[in-house]
Amino acid sequence: MPDAMDFLGIDALLDDEERLIRDTVRAFVRDRITPNIGQWFEDGTLPREIGRELGALGLLGMHLHGYDCPGASAVAYGIACMELEAGDAGVRSFASVQGSLAMFAIHRFGSEEQKREWLPAMARGEKIGCFGLTEPDFGSNPSGMRTTARRDGSDWVIDGTKMWITNGSFADLAIVWARSDEGIVGFVVPTDTKGFSSNLIHRKLSLRASVTSELVLENVRLPDSARLPGAHGLGGPLACLNEARFGIIWGVMGAARSCYATALDYAKSRVQFDRPIGAFQLTQEKLVNMLLELQKGTLLALHLGRMKDEGRLHPTQVSFGKLNNVREALAIAREARSILGANGVTLEYPIIRHMNNLESVLTYEGTSEIHLLVIGQAITGLPAFT
Amino acid sequence: MKIVVTVKLVPDPNGEKKLDPATKRLVRTGVETVINPYDEYALEAALQLKERIGGDSTVTVFCMSPESLKESLRKALAMGADGAVMLSDSSLEGSDVWASAHAMSLALKRIGFDILIVGGLTDDGSTGAVPGALAEFLGVPCLTNVRKIEIADGKVRVERETDGGYQEVTGSLPMLVTTALTIGEPRYPSLKGIMGAKKKPIDMLSVADIGAADTVGSAGSKTELLSFAPPPARGAGQIVTPEDPAAGAAAILAFLKDKKLV
Ligand SMILES: Cc1cc2nc3c(=O)[nH]c(=O)nc-3n(C[C@H](O)[C@H](O)[C@H](O)COP(=O)(O)OP(=O)(O)OC[C@H]3O[C@@H](n4cnc5c(N)ncnc54)[C@H](O)[C@@H]3O)c2cc1C
Ligand SMILES: Cc1cc2nc3c(=O)[nH]c(=O)nc-3n(C[C@H](O)[C@H](O)[C@H](O)COP(=O)(O)OP(=O)(O)OC[C@H]3O[C@@H](n4cnc5c(N)ncnc54)[C@H](O)[C@@H]3O)c2cc1C
Repeated sequence: MPDAMDFLGIDALLDDEERLIRDTVRAFVRDRITPNIGQWFEDGTLPREIGRELGALGLLGMHLHGYDCPGASAVAYGIACMELEAGDAGVRSFASVQGSLAMFAIHRFGSEEQKREWLPAMARGEKIGCFGLTEPDFGSNPSGMRTTARRDGSDWVIDGTKMWITNGSFADLAIVWARSDEGIVGFVVPTDTKGFSSNLIHRKLSLRASVTSELVLENVRLPDSARLPGAHGLGGPLACLNEARFGIIWGVMGAARSCYATALDYAKSRVQFDRPIGAFQLTQEKLVNMLLELQKGTLLALHLGRMKDEGRLHPTQVSFGKLNNVREALAIAREARSILGANGVTLEYPIIRHMNNLESVLTYEGTSEIHLLVIGQAITGLPAFT
Repeated sequence: MKIVVTVKLVPDPNGEKKLDPATKRLVRTGVETVINPYDEYALEAALQLKERIGGDSTVTVFCMSPESLKESLRKALAMGADGAVMLSDSSLEGSDVWASAHAMSLALKRIGFDILIVGGLTDDGSTGAVPGALAEFLGVPCLTNVRKIEIADGKVRVERETDGGYQEVTGSLPMLVTTALTIGEPRYPSLKGIMGAKKKPIDMLSVADIGAADTVGSAGSKTELLSFAPPPARGAGQIVTPEDPAAGAAAILAFLKDKKLV
């Protein structure tokens, strides 16, 4: 009989090394995240030490090569994202922003000095990075950004505000994107630079175990050596986002798996009308629909991962994965929540936490609407969003 | 310093254990195989010892197990062991403690060691008799239930857990030490460790290699399992429905007195 958690035997499509990575991250999440996450979520915090722990495991910038990064495959990276987000999307977001946005930006577009200065310390989780693209008035349309960088002698002076920046308040460095006479340029801004400040965003009801901040840059003066020399135009930040989105395709299936497992367990033990609620046809329909989408989404993630490792994954295919898997993960979370009845709305169970988190995941790294329109353009040749 | 750690591969402790009535052996198919949990502590102790001593110290893992389980040993290499040696041979099947420890001792003599670190107990056989037998066959001293190991000037100094506290004991190399769980939580393998593990050697030994032909397997064993039975099923419980809390307390007290528990 197929396994209720892996009905299609997807496990067999992983190799021994991939399974060991999965088991290791899963054990870490079980020991270090799961026992604490309800409290962190309630308190609206994520302890900074998690950075060092993830660093010791080698999960920060894990798919980058050189500079003390392990150089793992895209699939291995995806597996780690899945296990981390099965714990909580806040923890996965920490790793995504550190590895795929901040470290990736330096790795892809940085100078040799920038790479040597930042990447090894970031891989160890000693230095934490954030990625500032979104602004209060420019989210889906970053090309309109108002943050400016102007040359002043051999220096640059940056002014502007960035909004919704993950890791912002405990970061040691911020990758900041700004418009200049030379188009959109990126900088590595040490957060102790004069004129740089951050404000923690309070009262979020989603991704609470994650630090989200506003970054304010007032007359921030930096030498040209702080500029990312390889990044020219909006393609720079978009390349970074494409990396992080790939991890989301996997991550959300981890959150969905946690919801499904919780609901399945609950349905088998909760008795109403003298029977386990899992014996009612309506509950079975919910569980089976969850299983179908969970398994399909996981297969999709693995397929896209293998394509990425073969170097033939197109950004629009990443949009396909993000659109589908976040949408289905959210649907799974909502169904799972209903199975738990009143218990489904408490932090004693993981479901409502995942469900609320997924609302952020639906929005960041390109909203569902934007990804849909990207795919729409790809198949019709007709752009509908500009 | 050559540090050797014994590691047994056992069915996942979280799974259900079943004995096959025909062979009277543990069913090992259809369940995941993992490193015996106590042996992860032994390995952790070995890795810490190596880190402290430095120099050209090495940690070698030794395992007696069917070759088909070889990949399950990879985790030990991912955690940081330098290499592994596996004694595998179909003729080893059905070995009792005496035959197992005897075969293992011959292999370990071949491998050689300064200190042999052994977990205290397995999750499957759970006899806890292997370490003592190994020390006897190897002719080395044995310090059990150790929570701290230090080596200096060819001398081992350990702290042994006891019921009342701990003892400090010293001894000479080569030596066998069994670890207590207080030695330190086993580390997670790091990603780099995992990726490097596939390049590390797992050397294979056969029964012929160690010259143990007629002392292994059921034939070479000194004991034989005749039959087994599960523990008797628990009888139905007794439900007391007292009038009020005081009556309930009195009923519980009467029950405990009846069982001579108070
Ligand atoms: C918890 C959290 C963490 C974040 N972390 C970061 C970070 O680390 N770094 C960073 O730079 N940003 C981050 N963001 C910001 C995120 O990327 C933006 O919120 C996102 O790009 C959407 O922008 P917006 O919120 O301004 O929404 P808007 O762009 O204003 O969109 C509002 C709605 O309009 C829709 N819409 C917009 N344009 C169109 C169109 N042309 N056609 C159809 N529909 C359209 C959108 O799909 C959406 O439904 C984070 C956000 C959250 C919630
Ligand atoms: C349910 C069951 C009951 C058994 N009962 C008996 C019995 O009553 N008498 C008897 O003689 N045999 C018995 N056996 C067989 C016995 O388990 C095996 O001989 C086994 O190889 C050694 O015993 P152990 O697992 O109890 O090890 P333990 O003595 O509990 O192991 C202690 C340590 O020795 C090391 N070690 C043990 N085996 C290996 C190995 N194969 N490779 C590497 N290191 C190892 C490990 O470091 C381990 O932590 C039984 C087996 C089973 C499955």
